Amino acid sequence: MDDWRNGGFGLYLHWPFCQSKCPYCDFNSHVAASIDQGRWQRAYLAEIDRIGAETQGRVLNSVFFGGGTPSLMEPELVAAILERVRATWPAANDCEITLEANPGSVEAGRFAGYRDAGVNRISMGIQALNDADLHRLGRLHSVAEARAAFDVARGLFDRISFDLIYARQDQGLDDWRHELREALAMAADHLSLYQLTIEDGTAFGDRFARGRLRGLPAEELSADMYAVTQEICEAAGLPAYEVSNHARPGSESRHNLIYWRAGDYAGIGPGAHGRLTLGGVKLATEAPKAPGDWLQRVERGGHGEVPRVALDARDRAFEYLMMALRLREGLDLTRYQAMGGQLNSSKINELVEIGMIARDDSRLWATAQGRMVLNAVITELAGD
Amino acid sequence: MTQLDLIRNFSIVAHIDHGKSTLADRLIQLTGTVADRDMKAQMLDSMDIERERGITIKANTVRLEYPAKDGNTYILNLIDTPGHVDFAYEVSRSMRAVEGSLLVVDASQGVEAQTLANVYQALDAGHEIVPVLNKIDLPAAEPDRIRQQIEDVIGLDASDAVLISAKSGLGIPDVLEAIVKRLPAPKGDRNAPLKAMLVDSWYDAYLGVVVMIRVMDGVMRKGDRVRMMQTNAVYGIDRLSVLKPQMVDIDELGPGEIGVLTASIKQVRDTRVGDTITHERKGCEVALPGFKPAQPVVFCGLFPVDANEFEPLRDAIEKLALNDASFTYEMETSAALGFGFRCGFLGLLHLEVVRDRLEREYDIDLITTAPSVVYHIYMKDGTMQELHNPADMPDLTYVDHIEEPRIKATIMVPDEYLGDILKLCQDRRGIQADLSYAGQRAMVVYDLPLNEVVFDFYDRLKSVTKGYASFDYNITGYREDFLVKMSVLVNDEPVDALSMMVHRDRADMRGRAMVEKLKELIPRHMFKIPIQAAIGGRVIARETLSAMRKDVTAKCYGGDATRKKKLLEKQKAGKKKMRQFGKVEIPQQAFINALKMDG
Ligand SMILES: Nc1nc2c(ncn2[C@@H]2O[C@H](COP(=O)(O)OP(=O)(O)O)[C@@H](O)[C@H]2O)c(=O)[nH]1
Ligand SMILES: C[S@@+](CC[C@H](N)C(=O)[O-])C[C@H]1O[C@@H](n2cnc3c(N)ncnc32)[C@H](O)[C@@H]1O
Ligand code: SF4
Ligand SMILES: [Mg+2]
Repeated sequence: MDDWRNGGFGLYLHWPFCQSKCPYCDFNSHVAASIDQGRWQRAYLAEIDRIGAETQGRVLNSVFFGGGTPSLMEPELVAAILERVRATWPAANDCEITLEANPGSVEAGRFAGYRDAGVNRISMGIQALNDADLHRLGRLHSVAEARAAFDVARGLFDRISFDLIYARQDQGLDDWRHELREALAMAADHLSLYQLTIEDGTAFGDRFARGRLRGLPAEELSADMYAVTQEICEAAGLPAYEVSNHARPGSESRHNLIYWRAGDYAGIGPGAHGRLTLGGVKLATEAPKAPGDWLQRVERGGHGEVPRVALDARDRAFEYLMMALRLREGLDLTRYQAMGGQLNSSKINELVEIGMIARDDSRLWATAQGRMVLNAVITELAGD
Repeated sequence: MTQLDLIRNFSIVAHIDHGKSTLADRLIQLTGTVADRDMKAQMLDSMDIERERGITIKANTVRLEYPAKDGNTYILNLIDTPGHVDFAYEVSRSMRAVEGSLLVVDASQGVEAQTLANVYQALDAGHEIVPVLNKIDLPAAEPDRIRQQIEDVIGLDASDAVLISAKSGLGIPDVLEAIVKRLPAPKGDRNAPLKAMLVDSWYDAYLGVVVMIRVMDGVMRKGDRVRMMQTNAVYGIDRLSVLKPQMVDIDELGPGEIGVLTASIKQVRDTRVGDTITHERKGCEVALPGFKPAQPVVFCGLFPVDANEFEPLRDAIEKLALNDASFTYEMETSAALGFGFRCGFLGLLHLEVVRDRLEREYDIDLITTAPSVVYHIYMKDGTMQELHNPADMPDLTYVDHIEEPRIKATIMVPDEYLGDILKLCQDRRGIQADLSYAGQRAMVVYDLPLNEVVFDFYDRLKSVTKGYASFDYNITGYREDFLVKMSVLVNDEPVDALSMMVHRDRADMRGRAMVEKLKELIPRHMFKIPIQAAIGGRVIARETLSAMRKDVTAKCYGGDATRKKKLLEKQKAGKKKMRQFGKVEIPQQAFINALKMDG
């Protein structure tokens, strides 16, 4: 049961606070009046110690500070965490240490501190390149501020990614083409381009349910936007390596590849999920979502997790299929079969015939066309 | 046992919504049969579907004790009867067990189509009829006008009709007095050999088969050994009860009394409604006339969405049939749907009720194929075949001609909607037979093909008249017409479950409507899907369902794996509600909805 080694080992740290809540966002993020960063530091360190003891000797391929808005963390806090991480696991030579940052001016002021703490990659949530749309998305920063923050980051880090949300309200195909070209002009080595998803339980979700969120693209336009995105990025040397992620070859996010390649990752912090292979069994771990709840449990009970769930062969194979097909490289058939995964060859042939998937002796992957309807491809392949 | 002259047996007949169930509730309440705190609205409608749709499907009965003004306490047996045209047969059957009827007419609406149909059945059964004008609490109530209308349209003396409000309880004591004074007591001889009518039977999960009986002569006692005269089966009576409406055990039932028995009867099929029950020894000589079994007029296939559920479906259908003698079934195999059942129903509501019960009570998802009437196919060799299923249509080269069932439809409608009704009937190949007026309502009689009515005629009627029209029909006979089989091809594969018989002149329109509907009902697939309607090899309508273009989750990282997995698993479960035809998955509702026409 060393299968996880094919994907590597990473650490995800969740910082659950933001300055304000964006109307589209269903991440575990909260607005708090004051945050006692010292208290949070003790909790993170305790959790690192606990997980470290279970995973002794593993080589760490990546650390990711996600949120929420991790760029609200004091650089000292990030430094203390990374120091403990280094003391706990041997790091791979090319260990990737990413921090998710909001592109405000205050955040930018902390970037140098993060670099000094050991962060070597920044992922910025720029979201849009026009102020009116940033406003509609409930963002606190302007395009100018975002560009300035991005320039600061460029001066400090070799590896920088940023996120854009497209297929926004009233966005036309040409609007997006234009915006994307601008984005590519400033891009470094990586871009995450997400189509706006209306999530239940968000402000947008409520408005949508009441019929009050107008101007969203219909399926046709959203499909065209997606296709155009693939084309333009590919031509600019940042092809998609995953459904929504583009990189210069070699600059793919190592951390996210761990998820899609079904590696192991420890999840620490409120609401963080993990996958850990321990004693030959792949466990799904999950932390309580409410920040106060998590903090208290770590402080009092000694750990911040809800009961772990052992994944059976079916779950593992399905998860691998579902995650790996998001990648251009697709699924390793030998691995999949070793997990106990099954594929129906007539289904495969049908999907190959209509151009949704392709395969060779060792791999099976979704074509560009297949990736656009990946949910349907996966449900077909997963059969019953 | 009760003296004959202290018994009254009656039913209530009414057009739907005129207040039959509410009146029954009031009678139950006023006689203290059910304590107030146990009273729930529509006591007698016990099945979920009945309560939900507010219709009475199975005849139900209750025994009331009423201390009358003359100082005697009477036993009143009320049999509640269904109001819908599909169940006319059950109405006529239960009416044979009683001597009189309360004719309930809504005093604001007046006589409606089912009022007429039901009252004629009561008259056929030789009933004494007491007219009751209900809803006189409504400002729109016009008791005088309606009284006159009853006399004019039905020819019944309504001068001493009882005026009531079943809702408020006004006039209910007068109804009870009228039952005692104006309805006849049953006749019978308690010293004669036992002769009891098997009125109804149903299956109860706890008790097994329960048989409702009306004793004509003689005395039936718990423990007696009795013979069913038609089936010749002999049973020992385990339990004898009356319904109040809960079962209350009783030692014996004498002439004129109505009650239920249980014996070790395995299935309702072992009982014949209308059969005569007598003692095993010293039985009666001559049986009661008996009823002819109900003839199903609408047929359709019922298939499990999940082919693995055939056995559970068989069990469920058998159980349901235990309780419903008018529902028929036989096994059917379809090229596309696998194993299922061809089922016969009294009408479309009956079909829907049975299907709902199978889905709800037995938790089986079903595909219902296009309902069909029974066609008579006359072959060139002079023989005739009954066609219950368009899929079985013989090769046309051997067919001489085809006949279809026709009905006489009686529709009552306010003047202002008359035009719409005439157009609807005309569109459905109707031939007008009569048009007259009863007050401000028109009464139209049409000769219509049953196949144009069976499916959605009633829905259309309600919608074009905003619910103001009423409708009743009876089958009059068969007539030749230019009928063809229309097949439907999805992704170039014929879907036999959607094929149907249509009139040639209506085929293009129906074909077009069908492919357009299917285009909406079938979800997009990863490839485009042609949908065609054809007669023989000739395509008469065609649509193309374009391919799905985008269906992918934008973000999926470590924390999303679990959630996304659940989502996809839900999608997979959703597919279980669909059936695969070649490469295409068709959702279960598509089958029935594809047939609904907008015009
Ligand atoms: N205003 C008024 N409404 C009534 C009266 N009797 C019944 N209803 C209402 O009429 C509707 C149909 O009654 P129901 O007893 O179910 O009719 P059924 O279809 O003949 O059994 C219900 O909404 C009743 O509440 C009445 O005397 N006055
Ligand atoms: C953890 S989130 C937020 C990171 C950071 N707090 C920020 O807002 O810049 C990561 C990314 O997910 C994307 N995202 C969040 N909600 C989304 C939604 N409903 N639809 C599409 N993309 C979304 C945004 O691009 C966001 O930058
Ligand atoms: S999008 Fe980023 S900043 Fe906005 S609420 Fe979500 S996590 Fe916080
Ligand atoms: Mg009723």
